[in-house]
Amino acid sequence: MSAVAPTSTGRPETAPATPAALTAPGPRTTSARRRSLQPGGYLALVLATVVLGAPLLWMVLASMKTPAELYTVPLQWLPGSVNLDNYAQAADSVPLGRLLANSVGITVVGAGLKVALGLTCAYALVFLDFPFKKVVFGLVIATLMIPPQITIIPNYTLVASLGWLNTYQGILVPGLASAFGTFLFRQHFLTLPRSILEAAELDGAGHWRKLWRFVVPMSTPTLAAVALVSVVTEWNDYLWPFLVIDRPDKMTLPVGLTLLQNTDGMTNWGVLLAATVVVTLPILVVFLVLQRRLVAGLTAGAVTG
Amino acid sequence: MTTVLTPESPGSSGAPRAAARASGPAAPGRPGGPAPSDPADREAQALHRSRLGARRRRRNLLWVLLLAGPNLVLLLVFVYRPLLQSFYLSTLQWNLGSPVARQVGLGNYVEWFTAPTTGRIVTTTLVFTVATVGGAMVLGLGLALLLNRRLKGRGVARTVAFAPYVLSGFAVGILWLFMFDPRYGLVQELLGWVGVASPQWYTQRPWPLVMIVVVYLWKNLGYVALIYLAVLQSVPQDLRDAAALDGASSARTLRSIILPLLTPTTFFLVVTMLLASLQSFDIIKAMTQGGPLGSTTTLMYSIYEESFVNGRAGYASAVATILFLVLLAVTAVQMRFVQRKVHYA
Repeated sequence: MSAVAPTSTGRPETAPATPAALTAPGPRTTSARRRSLQPGGYLALVLATVVLGAPLLWMVLASMKTPAELYTVPLQWLPGSVNLDNYAQAADSVPLGRLLANSVGITVVGAGLKVALGLTCAYALVFLDFPFKKVVFGLVIATLMIPPQITIIPNYTLVASLGWLNTYQGILVPGLASAFGTFLFRQHFLTLPRSILEAAELDGAGHWRKLWRFVVPMSTPTLAAVALVSVVTEWNDYLWPFLVIDRPDKMTLPVGLTLLQNTDGMTNWGVLLAATVVVTLPILVVFLVLQRRLVAGLTAGAVTG
Repeated sequence: MTTVLTPESPGSSGAPRAAARASGPAAPGRPGGPAPSDPADREAQALHRSRLGARRRRRNLLWVLLLAGPNLVLLLVFVYRPLLQSFYLSTLQWNLGSPVARQVGLGNYVEWFTAPTTGRIVTTTLVFTVATVGGAMVLGLGLALLLNRRLKGRGVARTVAFAPYVLSGFAVGILWLFMFDPRYGLVQELLGWVGVASPQWYTQRPWPLVMIVVVYLWKNLGYVALIYLAVLQSVPQDLRDAAALDGASSARTLRSIILPLLTPTTFFLVVTMLLASLQSFDIIKAMTQGGPLGSTTTLMYSIYEESFVNGRAGYASAVATILFLVLLAVTAVQMRFVQRKVHYA
């Protein structure tokens, strides 16, 4: 994840900051002269869009082509028909349905637990008083600077000694601790109106009720941002599950892609690309539907007002 | 086994609390500098005033353990413990899964500095990092300036540009492997249009390295562009108007007004991209597996290779420690700059 950029301005930010640029093209006053036709600008815009978008389109098209359509020179642009043979063949080589279920399960459970851990930890850091609070917060924040790569070998040996290789908990547990989420939630909690919480307390609400009935409903944008970022990172995670799992029935989709790459070699492009579509499409759909919230989370801490 | 200060240590006799609060170092990366009236502090004073009964304080501590405990335990077990253990492992000659290990002190480090492959790995890492970070900054800024213009359809362009950033690196690597296919790839076809013979992307150095740089740029460009765009949209319009009134060309406005305003963002992005680039793995694993002849083996990839392909976990831990120190140095530079930035802004 991205590191956290401290803002130089002293004003408290609502986390995550969502400038207009990340959400909607805000109106901008330009002179009438500039607003006339800008052929150069449009040419560049179309070119950039085509160049950046072509690979994804090419992947989807190629996944529907028969070998005869794939391996011709000059290239054939479109598949002759919408044919899903490659997908069926991919599902024959690796248990594609099982992999999809594994990926969905691990992503949902992992992201859910991560959000819960960050939420509760941030609540304690903001609304409870206890000794060494600053030290605890420092410990949480410092982990943002520790690259996960350096922890891989020791964590692998620990997971192996626990007998967790080839298990779901082996994939899930080592990556659960929430630093980024805790940070974002804490930032947001500090901006909440304390009068409401004090009123809740006078009404006799305990911490548990305060958290779920008052704090959570007032934190939906942050909640969505943290949840979505967790979903994306969990879904795409590769190295760790690749190391921990070598049984196909426990694999996640990206790891299954490795299996397919190794078994079919580099020859059967149609099948391999069909599997690649299965890996990328769900996240692409999530991104297109929830673009604003997801971008807000991914760029949180980066945009200094 | 670890000697990390845990918050559970019962050192709260009530008296030194204020002192502990005052002497706590400012947490790194804390936005906005020290807030003058931390609400949590105010609550702490209120708690003090209300002379907590011991029972209530115990209950309070129970809540802390319940709410913050799980996350902290996970952090200690899966981040801090392995960090320290990695330093220790780097002093061993030890194979993954082997019951025996030999203490070699700094032998692994000596070996790394004298190994014949180290020079190549460092060079590859430098080239990859400089090319990806530099390229992403320049292209990302260009794209941001383009998206900042009032053009119809720029929303679509922004979505398309950012989409690769959220996709699985491994899947992206596979997809681009097909794009670069020497006979049926889209890349050789497009190069053929402009009359250029496609180089041997898979096999002939330096093309495999160029290939993974291109893919990395494609994947991360949108992120850089989006961050820049957010800042560009907050550039006050009257600054531009004033420049236009003074007869400044748009190039001049860019150089004298916009770029200086973007400096803090540029710095942040360089650091972030640097840290990410030094740790990239998925794309290399999918496309080249560090080959051919190690020409795409970066520092990060060599850690994986040494530990999980060659099984030399002790040596790999030493390489991981070296990478960690590099990342730490980058972060330290960022910290110093950020403290200066307070005066800058």
